[in-house]
Amino acid sequence: MTQHPYAFLALFALVAVAFPLILLSVAQLWFKFFQPAKPSVIKGDVYECGVASTGDSWIQFKAHYYLYAILFLIFDVEVLFLLPFAVAFSGLPTGALLAMLVFILLLAEGLVWAWHRGHLEWK
Amino acid sequence: MSDAASTPEISQAERDELRRHGILLTSLQELYTWGCSHSVWPLNFGLACCAIEMIAASMAKFDIARFGSEVFRPSPRQADLLIVSGTVTKKMAPQVIRLWNQMPEPKYCIAMGACAISGGPFKQGYNVLKGIDRFIPVDIYIPGCPPRPEALLHGLVELQKKIKGFTIAGPLAPRHLRSDDPCEYPVPEFGAHDLEPPANPAVWQAPSIVRKE
Repeated sequence: MTQHPYAFLALFALVAVAFPLILLSVAQLWFKFFQPAKPSVIKGDVYECGVASTGDSWIQFKAHYYLYAILFLIFDVEVLFLLPFAVAFSGLPTGALLAMLVFILLLAEGLVWAWHRGHLEWK
Repeated sequence: MSDAASTPEISQAERDELRRHGILLTSLQELYTWGCSHSVWPLNFGLACCAIEMIAASMAKFDIARFGSEVFRPSPRQADLLIVSGTVTKKMAPQVIRLWNQMPEPKYCIAMGACAISGGPFKQGYNVLKGIDRFIPVDIYIPGCPPRPEALLHGLVELQKKIKGFTIAGPLAPRHLRSDDPCEYPVPEFGAHDLEPPANPAVWQAPSIVRKE
């Protein structure tokens, strides 16, 4: 009898599913027969470093800071591409230079736009 | 798990003999307490100078991993053991007790050092809790100021011995297997002069002085 070359993968998948299922069901059986449930309000608290929780975990994050993330990204990407550009600078043809200038202009335009809109003012 | 009358008693010598031949006899209770005692995960929580000794105990020289307790958890939800390592100020006490309440069962408490046991050298101070056992049940007391890492390891071994002595049911059952033990220990408020209440009467009563005639 020849085995399928990927038969062991099926075995692995079976063990991967069965192993946690067995552990979870043993824990569930233990809980059912021996261990009384001990829920409490503090145990279910949102915050877990000892300080009393205030409010709910379902809060809305202030999304306005995404602009700072984008501005950071502009400089981050710029550095990423400028470094290899600078290393290979002396051997580059004119086309590459023009492409890099366009790229920097595009990023600079984003920065100028953000500056113009007043996003660089920390509010 | 069957009653003793129907099954013949097997002595320890016979068990050892069987073990030499590769047969391991055990009971559910032994298996449970063995597993519990060798995977006591402490909470990553230090209060004062005893915490430095606790850190030393977790490092390579003293190596708490030999006893299965190297997994210091930063969240009470994953921890089994609260090592109250140091001075508990009255400002800090509500936080310690809230952390204890947030730990899931089974959970154990070690009062490490003189301060955690009784307030230690700061007992006369206005702002120090005179023993964490006024609010939460303490399993093991480790004296010292601070106790050396070996003392903490000794305390851990004693705790493991205590866990191995637990039964699954009956009067020797641990707190977490009894339904009469509370789910939640009341968290005191930091009041104007003292904690309110200053102690949990269900856990601790002031020792009464008995005078001999």
